Amino acid sequence: MLTCRDFLKELSEYLDESLDARLRAELEQHVTECPNCWVIADTTKKTVKIYKGMDPYPIPSDVEARLMAALERKIAARKTAGKTGGCE
Amino acid sequence: MAVSSLTAIDESTLVTQAREGDTTAFSELVRRYEGKIFRLAQHVTQNREDAEDVLQETFMKAYEHLDQFQGNSKFYTWIVRIAVNQALMKLRRRKTDKSVSLDEAIDTGEDTVVREIAAWDEDPEQRYTREELGKILDSAVQSLDPPYRSVFLLRDVDELSTEETAEALGLSVPAVKSRLLRARLQLREKLTRYFKRKGGDAFAYM
Repeated sequence: MLTCRDFLKELSEYLDESLDARLRAELEQHVTECPNCWVIADTTKKTVKIYKGMDPYPIPSDVEARLMAALERKIAARKTAGKTGGCE
Repeated sequence: MAVSSLTAIDESTLVTQAREGDTTAFSELVRRYEGKIFRLAQHVTQNREDAEDVLQETFMKAYEHLDQFQGNSKFYTWIVRIAVNQALMKLRRRKTDKSVSLDEAIDTGEDTVVREIAAWDEDPEQRYTREELGKILDSAVQSLDPPYRSVFLLRDVDELSTEETAEALGLSVPAVKSRLLRARLQLREKLTRYFKRKGGDAFAYM
């Protein structure tokens, strides 16, 4: 017989559907009998769903400009080094 | 090659082209991942200036060591590992009296804290504007302990697999799993404040 603590321990893998069929069936049984674990499972599932694939904010244009400038310098330096025997 | 045609090219082709010296292909890889790397760097360093340094250093190192990228993992997993190392170095420099690691000792007790149990609406996020929601979600992640934060971002936001997350962060698979569980439960707890069903429907913890 599963306890709530056992259920919580397996919750992540239960939500990721990465458990073997037997344990999964036991957890499903528990969730139908325990309203608290049902709520925890449901709200954790919603938590994961809300965050999934959340795009980052576009990076600020000044940050991007400095990144691209730094990379250009790096690329130019490498090309110069390449002329003295490095690979291109 | 026109920039617009690059956006449709798959990652491994871009990596191959970049390795052959095509700098436009490398710039496209940067554009694809700069936002995610910047977000991760901000979450790990908690400092915008450091995050910008980390962003630059990550792509400079990636460019420099592109020939060392084996191609048996995703390019993103590879650059995340570089970014995490750079971010940790920043933290170490800032806190010279204390070494910092994503692998720092964390409470490994199994009693995962669940204080509030209340049902949520079906689509609770619709209660907020996009901007409000973004702030709520961000500050909830920001309040997680650092070892949980990066695992959660890579696993649940960037949708890397458990194995890829373990590889990117230099952690074991069980460590990723246990941190993910705790991160998810802590976030659930924090978000319940905003998303719980209004009125008599929400039942309290007995």
